[in-house]
Amino acid sequence: MTTMTRARPTTEAPPETRTAAVPRRRPKVEGIYYAFLVPSLILFTLAITVPAIIGIFFSFTNSIGFGDWQFVGLINYVAMFSDPAILQSYLFTFGFAAVTVVLVNVLAFLLAVGLTSQIRIKTGLRAIFVIPMVISGIIIAYVFNFLFSNSLPLFGQAIGVEWLSSSILANPDLAWVAIVLVTAWQAIPGTLLIYIAGLLSIPGDVYEAADIDGAGKRQQLFRITLPLVVGYVVINVILGFKNFLNAYDVIVGLTNGGPGTATRSIPMTIVTGFTGGDYAYQMANATMFFVIVIVLSVVQLRLSRGRNEL
Amino acid sequence: MSVQPALVVENLDAITTLEDGKARRPSRRGRVGAERKSAPLTILLILCAITVIVPLYVTLTTAFKTQAQAVDGNAFSLPAPFSLEGFITAWNLTDFPRAFLVSVLVTAGTVAGTVILGTFASYAISRNWDRRLFRWSFFYLLAAMFIPFPVVALPQIQLTGLAGLDNPVGVTILHVMFQLSFSILLFTAFLRSIPAELEESARIDGATTWQTFWKLIFPLLAPMSATVGIFAFLASWNDYMMPSLITSDPSLQTLPVVQSIFQTQFSNNYNVSFASYLMAMAPAIIVYLFTQRWVMEGVTQGAVKG
Repeated sequence: MTTMTRARPTTEAPPETRTAAVPRRRPKVEGIYYAFLVPSLILFTLAITVPAIIGIFFSFTNSIGFGDWQFVGLINYVAMFSDPAILQSYLFTFGFAAVTVVLVNVLAFLLAVGLTSQIRIKTGLRAIFVIPMVISGIIIAYVFNFLFSNSLPLFGQAIGVEWLSSSILANPDLAWVAIVLVTAWQAIPGTLLIYIAGLLSIPGDVYEAADIDGAGKRQQLFRITLPLVVGYVVINVILGFKNFLNAYDVIVGLTNGGPGTATRSIPMTIVTGFTGGDYAYQMANATMFFVIVIVLSVVQLRLSRGRNEL
Repeated sequence: MSVQPALVVENLDAITTLEDGKARRPSRRGRVGAERKSAPLTILLILCAITVIVPLYVTLTTAFKTQAQAVDGNAFSLPAPFSLEGFITAWNLTDFPRAFLVSVLVTAGTVAGTVILGTFASYAISRNWDRRLFRWSFFYLLAAMFIPFPVVALPQIQLTGLAGLDNPVGVTILHVMFQLSFSILLFTAFLRSIPAELEESARIDGATTWQTFWKLIFPLLAPMSATVGIFAFLASWNDYMMPSLITSDPSLQTLPVVQSIFQTQFSNNYNVSFASYLMAMAPAIIVYLFTQRWVMEGVTQGAVKG
């Protein structure tokens, strides 16, 4: 965790300097400060830490969620690697997250460039582009579900394209495309706003100098804008990827993991442990997933720290 | 998890630039472009904006259609005749008032809990940073940003069941806990920017720690509380996964969860389901329209889906 403090000194640096600046050093911490802090610590421990520990513990057992259980060592973990259902959900989730993260970042970056240029109704357009962020994932997925299974096939029939003539949600090879599109629709606003902040942090005289030197708009985009917002790209890509690995609501609303199990994400597989009776096994899956998320987070912190040291 | 904010610590420049972007921007390429607004680019962006509008337009128009018109497959036609039957049926089918009330209570509890626990803990942490317990608590509480809900979902379902919290109260507590890291991150950053002299002078005037916090610090934190509160609102109001898994009694489900009845039964009454979807998403859109500034700033200050 300490790496985090070094990541971005502007907001993360410990306020030691401030405390040191206070002339009167309190010899003893006032009781009220404990009263302020302890409720959060207790609730947090009960709600998150204890479940996490219990989950990891039971991943080494054969528990079915209730009743007797025994330690089984690493059997659950070993079994995961030869379980087609698990492997498929990892393959799908990572593939889906990779495709979505590229699509979202390319579109959000281009939109951000557009929305920071000299255009009309800038404020109104920005307000519209942010709307998808405030809509419930499952509900908008239901709406798109209707469009994909009713309206799009009608359109496909009208223009005579066979693969569009029936619902793509029922097509095991294409259902993931629908999930990517709806997830992207929802994820673009957050990514877009970060890119806008990044673009606005570039000083205007850089472009003026480029203009004087005769650089064209395209050159300015690739030689000036992109290199200067690369840190924002790193943040958006890693956070987006982590976020998409947790895909649940949108998939439930669109395909519910189907057809068959073609679009079942890792979180959806984990949750089957609740009803499917393989509690301990899915806890091993969850623990595995946790390790992956942690590794991604460490990479994120390393990369953002590296950027700061440049 | 819909709007679950996570760690992006933007530098403070970025925050300010988004705010005064309007003031700064014209001077940027002004000398070259001479304030000329690009019409083709505006039109291109409007076309892109249509992709955002289309699903919302379809929801709105379908909700006001009669059932006969809603099933004809043309999603883009205007309602003719204009009908409210969808809303009336949806209201009764989903028991809208009850689901709405549950959603409101869970969301209000999450917003209040996040702001109160967040400001309390952040104040204690930032004013006792030289103490190990408080410093470590900060990193401990921040760790939740690296624990997505699916990782702890199964034990949480079990434990809330055992503790009798497999209901909206349990959902509220979990929502607060998953929002806490982000809010503490924002609050401690903001608390650091408050000049120490301000608090010193309150102390000299004889204010106790509680008075200093409640009368001086808490009001100063208001803009940050607004940001934190709005993100807690959006995350809680829109969440499907957590209430659907934690709450065991179907009659105590939140609005997003009750919409699932249209996937199994009544699946062809599109006017009814879309009226129901509209009623469920409208509050979030309305809140957004009034709080755009905080929503947009919140994202750049450190809120991103995670």
